[in-house]
Amino acid sequence: MFGLSSKHDRTILIVATLFMLLAPVIFNLFPENSALAFFNGGYPDLMQRFAIFAILATGFNILFGLTGYLSFGHAAFLGVGSYSAVWMFKLLGYNVLPAILLSIVVAGLFSVVIGYISLRRSGIYFSILTLAFAEMSYRLAYSVLTPLTNGETGLQVYNSDPQVLAGANSPTSPHLFGIEMSSAFDINLGPWQFTFPVGYYLCAILMLISFYIAIRIFRSPFGLMLRAIKSNQTRMTYTGLNPKPYTLAAFVISGMYAGLAGGLLASMDPLTGAERMQWTASGEVVIMTVLGGAGTLLGPILGAGVIKYLENVFSKMNETLLETWFAFLPDSLQHAVVWVLSKFTGEGWHLTLGLIFMVVIIFLPGGLVEGGQRIGKRFSRRKSSGNDDDNAAASEPAE
Amino acid sequence: MGILEVKGVNKRFGGLQALGDVNLSVQENTVHAIIGPNGAGKSTLLNCLVGKLIPDSGSVSFDGQSVLGRSPFAINQMGISRVFQTPEIFSDLTVLENVMIPCFARRDGTFKLNGIRSVMSQNDMRAKAMAMLEDVNMADKATMHAAAMSRGDKRRLEMAMCLVQDPKMLLLDEPTAGMARADTNNTIDLLKEIKEKRNITIAIIEHDMHVVFSLAERITVLAQGTPLVEDTPENIKGHPKVQEAYLGGNH
Repeated sequence: MFGLSSKHDRTILIVATLFMLLAPVIFNLFPENSALAFFNGGYPDLMQRFAIFAILATGFNILFGLTGYLSFGHAAFLGVGSYSAVWMFKLLGYNVLPAILLSIVVAGLFSVVIGYISLRRSGIYFSILTLAFAEMSYRLAYSVLTPLTNGETGLQVYNSDPQVLAGANSPTSPHLFGIEMSSAFDINLGPWQFTFPVGYYLCAILMLISFYIAIRIFRSPFGLMLRAIKSNQTRMTYTGLNPKPYTLAAFVISGMYAGLAGGLLASMDPLTGAERMQWTASGEVVIMTVLGGAGTLLGPILGAGVIKYLENVFSKMNETLLETWFAFLPDSLQHAVVWVLSKFTGEGWHLTLGLIFMVVIIFLPGGLVEGGQRIGKRFSRRKSSGNDDDNAAASEPAE
Repeated sequence: MGILEVKGVNKRFGGLQALGDVNLSVQENTVHAIIGPNGAGKSTLLNCLVGKLIPDSGSVSFDGQSVLGRSPFAINQMGISRVFQTPEIFSDLTVLENVMIPCFARRDGTFKLNGIRSVMSQNDMRAKAMAMLEDVNMADKATMHAAAMSRGDKRRLEMAMCLVQDPKMLLLDEPTAGMARADTNNTIDLLKEIKEKRNITIAIIEHDMHVVFSLAERITVLAQGTPLVEDTPENIKGHPKVQEAYLGGNH
């Protein structure tokens, strides 16, 4: 089925599909007016970001997870994708299809240039070269390239823009052949309220397609060569294979994934600024991939989901909220607890992220996927040892 | 005309003349050993043959074509496979994947964007790799991680990876260095077997005289970057110049 030969791959594709399609329900586990509704994540903005960053991390994983080349400049491709998409909105109109296509193409071309130069070096030097290119792009977007990027104001669509393909009745926000990204269907089930946003589903479908392509790449001879690059380039060279075009191809593919993510970000909210290309944004992708499990299929998606969800929950917490939560404590203790916790929430949520990241790296170097595998192993071992006992019990009387 | 012709090759590293006017001719389907004391230039010569180093002057041709200026992967595609002193394998991959990579390299050339069909569904490639593993008695280890194997097995795996490409020539760089006597003898047997089964030229750089005299049909003795003599093993054994070079007459 789908050309996937292993049962394992088919299972994870099906699980990912079900999860993405049902995400609006899964993320809204708690009834609308209950105290725990705070932990819901099922609103359009968050779910869109989750799907988009899953695309970005999946693409990044094709480069970093397979070849081991750590790019610190992937945000540049994200930014370039976003700028291309907004330019399409300005020139052609709000249909997202040309915008997304152009963002993939432009990011692809951009990554050919950056990759060709950066891949002359490997290891830390490669990382620094990509970081330098991304910072250059970021600075240029603020200064010299202002006519293209609109500098600090950020690029957005104005009424005076040509929008040559826009008809008289076209929607005035991003749409796919008339279906607006911002529209949504609400379903109320007793105390629960589920929202099914159009924009999210576009992102989710594109994410599933990207994920499917990633699985095919992982299992193909091309993917095997990429893993060979990570393992031993000397042996590869003396086996008659040229590692350079393989790494460049991986770099460009992952750049195109980033471009798609950038185009989608702009399609959900048609404005973009240079800060999307800052090195902190590049670092975020690295953290997502490593946290989930670099080199695994599901890892980057898990990482993106966990970080985006926690970011949302923790940055929503503020002192007032914490005070109500800890109101049961004596006053002085309550103030102390709130004072400490407030450093880890709201603006300080990065402190929490840092702690989580450290714990995962130290105890689960293979990321969250490794954690899942360990739990799975423990269960299966318990099960199989149980079977052994059964067998022993069954065989004894026979003797 | 030999399959490998080295003519007047010079290589200097700063003030050191590593190779001085080396001439060497390896005949097709023979085992040719290159021996010499430490620092004689054996490894430099080997690196000039596989494209890692470019000689300052002279010519190296393989099968009638010059190898100079070609990259190691292009030279491999001409039919030269190299075995390293410490086995170079893909440690993160399984044994089967290790052997499949050279199969793909032979079929698809130095680069092909082959991203559609999965590796394991390509039965012809898989069968070829499995047959090779059976040849070296490693079929039962096919799904093992290459890193988990003993050093002797890694050596055999590397040999299998080279042989599955059906090379015209196998270059071995001290294949028994640091091995126990039993492992050394196993390697000798393996190489003898390869020689019997296939039409293949083997060039071997070796320190261990036991290995050299059990395998080689021709021997070239290198000292201080120049070949002293080239002859059959019987004649080399008693050669005064060779004994001088090894016992340190010049030092």
